[in-house]
Amino acid sequence: MTVTASTAPRDATLAPDDASDRAVSSAAVFGALFRRDLRVARRELPYFLVRTLMQPVLFIIVFGYLLPKMGFVRGGYTTALLPGILAVSLALSAVQAVSLPMVQDFGWTREIEDRLLAPVATPLIANEKVVAGAVQGIISAIVVFPIARLIMGPIPGLTLAHVLPFVAITALGALTFSAMGLLMGTAIAPQQIGLMFSIIIAPMLMFGCAYYPWRGLDRVPVIKYLVLVNPLVYVAEGMRGAITPEVPHMPLLASSGALVLLAGVFWYWGRRTFLKKALG
Amino acid sequence: MTSAIQTRALRKEYPAPTARRGRGSSVGPPPAPTPGVRPGGARGGPIVALDALDLDVEQGEFFGLLGPNGAGKTTTIGILTTRVRATSGMASVAGADVIRDDVRVRQRIGVVPQRPNPDRSLNAIENLEFHAAYFGIPLGTASRRAHELLEKLGIGEKQNAKVDELSGGQQQRLMIARALIHEPRVLFLDEPTVGLDPQARLALWDILRDLHAQGRTIVMTTHYMEEADQLCDRLAIIDQGRLLACDTPDHLRAQAPGGTLVELTLDGDAEAAAQAARSIPGVQRAEGRQAALRAYSDRGGELIPALIRVAEAQGRTVKNINLATPSLETLFISLTGRKLD
Repeated sequence: MTVTASTAPRDATLAPDDASDRAVSSAAVFGALFRRDLRVARRELPYFLVRTLMQPVLFIIVFGYLLPKMGFVRGGYTTALLPGILAVSLALSAVQAVSLPMVQDFGWTREIEDRLLAPVATPLIANEKVVAGAVQGIISAIVVFPIARLIMGPIPGLTLAHVLPFVAITALGALTFSAMGLLMGTAIAPQQIGLMFSIIIAPMLMFGCAYYPWRGLDRVPVIKYLVLVNPLVYVAEGMRGAITPEVPHMPLLASSGALVLLAGVFWYWGRRTFLKKALG
Repeated sequence: MTSAIQTRALRKEYPAPTARRGRGSSVGPPPAPTPGVRPGGARGGPIVALDALDLDVEQGEFFGLLGPNGAGKTTTIGILTTRVRATSGMASVAGADVIRDDVRVRQRIGVVPQRPNPDRSLNAIENLEFHAAYFGIPLGTASRRAHELLEKLGIGEKQNAKVDELSGGQQQRLMIARALIHEPRVLFLDEPTVGLDPQARLALWDILRDLHAQGRTIVMTTHYMEEADQLCDRLAIIDQGRLLACDTPDHLRAQAPGGTLVELTLDGDAEAAAQAARSIPGVQRAEGRQAALRAYSDRGGELIPALIRVAEAQGRTVKNINLATPSLETLFISLTGRKLD
């Protein structure tokens, strides 16, 4: 049974709102979303720093200071370690900056609804998350750098002369991992997000060529080629190529090419899972 | 443009709940207790939450969607606010199609959700200022409006409070402020008074009357008869995804069957008594549902003695008697065979 409803209109005293007809530019909405994330990140800065810096700083102390001091590792080890530590900070921070808020945003009350109601195409909201997460990744790498240098002491072979590769690898690595965060945050059940860190992130850090150079795996070819699925490998190796080029490393073109590819895959896939959840 | 909302043959099917998909898709809020009917009663088939819904809401109208839990009200609001994709049919809101022109629809609507969903990382006023920013409103204007709205809604002193520090009623008012900050043409409210104490509910009614008086189009879902009756210009009664009736509360009341409803609660099954009651002169309709004997009559309470005699003749004792004059409630019972809540 279908009843069509229609009666006389009420007298409308409200003129159609002119403001509601003016289209809002996507850039303006993107900016507003970004300012929102910035505001939240600034407010949570202490937690953010602890969350993202604890792991790398502890590693710096043990492997970059204590072990060399004890003579268990040779002095040159810090040269191979520093780029890896930067890669780890960048990756951890970017992936968490997106995945953890996603869990809350799509949680019980769906806090993200107020943004999904914004007058823009919905994928823009996912894109903004990825960009904001990448910025947080870059910031934590910038913070870790001087701390590492301070604790490890002088690092032989460190150079900041190759600015372009350094910036490119940092930006690509951050985007790759924040896109990965988008995918993880929208594809994994909230209850399993803790498990995700044990199952995905922990092995990723250990087999990411962060604490040893990739070429060092020449003696264990199985692992050498298996680790190539790990995006962290390309960030760490790319960093080596950029700031400690004397350490044997993957060609810069290979590491940056792999990062472009991985960032694209994660972004595309993450956007799809995001949209699926958004139109829940 | 005269019509604020139009839907034609709107239909929404949800996949069968038994078909639990992979881990990934089990994320998110548990699916709303979705309602509806399975076509042909087939197990495992899709659930039809909305079936061939045609609605026309005029500009400036206060329109109510009335129905029990699971009737399809929230699905309707979801489709109209571009947040749920319809399976088929069309819907337009404020002159724009909800699928082809969803951005424009979002620009012109405000939404108050069933459960308050403020951005918990922001405080009360930031929730409003940022929401305004998502609509391209400059900060100065947004701040001024946010202050005005919070004052007007009686939570002015809470502007810097974290949202977790607000009570349920205060959060609901914050949601209303958020829905209004960009001055939408059409305001959607999904069960806005569920979980509010009576005082907060009355306060909200006043706010809604004000908004209506400004000429804003308001669409509200509710399963409270009184609320629908008090506030709405017109009501659509929905059950199991279908539109059963749509008219002004007065006209709907006039459609309520057989005048007064006399309901006797017996000490046992009322079916036999109901059969006997049908032969009482003046009874237009009688039905027995468990212990309830319901008889409709133009003669109101006069029939009570006769009904008691009939019940006692069937060996039942009458434990309670209720009289209900023709109302939306009695209409609803006669349309759907069940009470609203």
